[in-house]
Amino acid sequence: MTTAVADTHAAHDDHGPAKGIGRWLFTTNHKDIGTMYLIFSLTMFFIGGTMALIIRSELAQPGLQFVHPEFFNSMTTMHALIMVFGAVMPAFVGLANWMLPLQIGAPDMALPRMNNWSFWILPVAFGILLSTLLMPGGGPASGWTMYPPLVLQTGDAFPFLIFSVHLMGISSIMGAINIIVTIINMRTPDMSLIRMPMFVWTWLITAYLLLAVMPVLAGAVTMLLTDQFFGTSFFLAAGGGDPVMFQHIFWFFGHPEVYIMILPAFGVVSEILPTFSRKPLFGHDSMVYATASIAFLSFIVWAHHMFTVGMPLSGQMFFMFATMLIAVPTGVKVFNWVSTMWRGAMTFETPMLFALAFVFLFTIGGFSGLMLAIVPADVQYHDSYFVVAHFHYVLVPGSVFALMAAAYYWLPKWTGHMYNERAGKLHFWLSTIFVNLTFFPMHFLGLAGMPRRIPDYSTQFADFNLIASIGAIGFGMSQLVFLYVLLTCKKGAPATAEVWDNPKGLEWTVPSPAPYHTFDVPPPVDRTVAFPKDND
Amino acid sequence: MSETDNNPTNNRSLTLRLLVLTAAMFGFGFLLVPLYDVFCEITGFAGRTNTEAAQVTEAPDASRTVRVEFNTMVNEYAPWEFSADSNSMEVHPGQMYYATFTAKNLLDKTKVAQAVPSVAPIAAADHFKKIECFCFTSQEFAGHEERAMPLQFIVDPDLPEYVDTITLQYTFFDTLRVSAKD
Repeated sequence: MTTAVADTHAAHDDHGPAKGIGRWLFTTNHKDIGTMYLIFSLTMFFIGGTMALIIRSELAQPGLQFVHPEFFNSMTTMHALIMVFGAVMPAFVGLANWMLPLQIGAPDMALPRMNNWSFWILPVAFGILLSTLLMPGGGPASGWTMYPPLVLQTGDAFPFLIFSVHLMGISSIMGAINIIVTIINMRTPDMSLIRMPMFVWTWLITAYLLLAVMPVLAGAVTMLLTDQFFGTSFFLAAGGGDPVMFQHIFWFFGHPEVYIMILPAFGVVSEILPTFSRKPLFGHDSMVYATASIAFLSFIVWAHHMFTVGMPLSGQMFFMFATMLIAVPTGVKVFNWVSTMWRGAMTFETPMLFALAFVFLFTIGGFSGLMLAIVPADVQYHDSYFVVAHFHYVLVPGSVFALMAAAYYWLPKWTGHMYNERAGKLHFWLSTIFVNLTFFPMHFLGLAGMPRRIPDYSTQFADFNLIASIGAIGFGMSQLVFLYVLLTCKKGAPATAEVWDNPKGLEWTVPSPAPYHTFDVPPPVDRTVAFPKDND
Repeated sequence: MSETDNNPTNNRSLTLRLLVLTAAMFGFGFLLVPLYDVFCEITGFAGRTNTEAAQVTEAPDASRTVRVEFNTMVNEYAPWEFSADSNSMEVHPGQMYYATFTAKNLLDKTKVAQAVPSVAPIAAADHFKKIECFCFTSQEFAGHEERAMPLQFIVDPDLPEYVDTITLQYTFFDTLRVSAKD
């Protein structure tokens, strides 16, 4: 299929995109689809962010101010579902669509029509999910983890929740298959697997994780559906089932899922730090092995999310030590990033600032994760704001900052224009200050005993909550600066093909903006890919 | 792996293999259900105890006394009264004991309930043998019927030394939701 497509394009050299809305509805072009994924995820980021601001407004003071507790619960649930499945995951798939073919010298994704389908399922899935807010009984309010029996008390929204999760899963699975086939089959002939750029490597591993766990989630929610409507008792104790089993199945999906959201971020940072340190990535191959180790370990640590539901001491010990083991490959990565910068000729453009903040702040989230891994400590921290602080540190200044870094890094390649650097730096500093103002006090709240997922709290927690709420509103407003940067990008100076100071990678060999069709002929990689192997 | 020719057969066969992997993982999700059951039965995990009559012989160990506590609960505020006739008893491992529980249907109409047992600590779950239990079958109650229900049990002498108290928890479920199956 792809050979034929490439030949056709060679024949009509400059045939560009179709006109009108049809271009976007029927496109099979990886750049168009990548753009749609990125715009979709940014939209979801703002919708999910608005929900976060509703949550933080309610929590700014003790007592019930603005919303009904049931609606508050559905806000925490929807915020998580939208940010996880609607913002972070599609944003990385969008980056993969745009950048993987450019980085491996392929003319397009391997399965372009499936690519179109996997994108267009998403607006449908999230349309269904968001519509549940208007249904009798309100939106899902049982937490994004959908634990039975609580989730079975959801009103009319329940089957819609399940079907939207099914659709998100189908979309992710198709995206993952496409990415694996593209990476395995469509690399330019000179590029062996080990010589692939880190962003490509992390996505290859992430795609396998997606294939391994999204079907398990689909199975788990299907069991919820049949328990509710078809008389099965997978999770109903009265019929011989066990609600705790849902937690095991869910977290068998859920833990690899958190690495699905962070491994491509590792890839992005591993691309950006070398460019602005003007040194090759330190320990490229060890980064590959570390990523693979993290992916493997993610399958054997799921029960650390459920230490308090009860399990034998030997089980707690196993999951505790396996979890702590993940710190080893993650530490390899962090030290490699630091070594990449060591004695480099560093400059601090916006993408570099976001990447640096990622290394620093993600590591803080990693450390609080280690604290949560300790069984006796976790019994106290469980379901407290400490957990909220932990996973927001790895997801917001972790995954989201990596996404921002990637957007600034590749924006000139996508649009052909340099973005407004002053506005970019303003966006960075406001985001960094406010993200810490929002989430750092949550550590203290959690240690002091404030539970998560509550609309009201004891007055001793008032001060830190007010600080967190001010931070959240500030962080939300700072993202409008990013919107401004995107909207004014067209006015920026034209970007060169290289954009930055001698960056490595095939994407910098094509003009900016990247033409609609690139690499009709597989490019040579000798000058473009500089990995440790070449420099040793 | 290293050849990078873009021929369609290659793409199709790899796609098919990945789809098979996806289907297999979907199946694996459901396979976790019986695996979990087996795991719980072997380890007593989740306080799983026997749900069919155990075959045991008496061999009382009068030198050891273990306290057995009974705890009862009605799920989801269902219209039942349900309690143990005595809250706890002192037993010798290896000796047969009887206990009774009383339940009352608070509604006018016939209701069916199922009691689900759970034993804590986990280490004791395997050693608490129920010979006769109202939890083995679902219980039908006429409107406002009140009735005593028997439990006959024996604590296995192999109970680990450090266990001196066993808690038996019964949760009373209204089987409305699962009655379609029965």
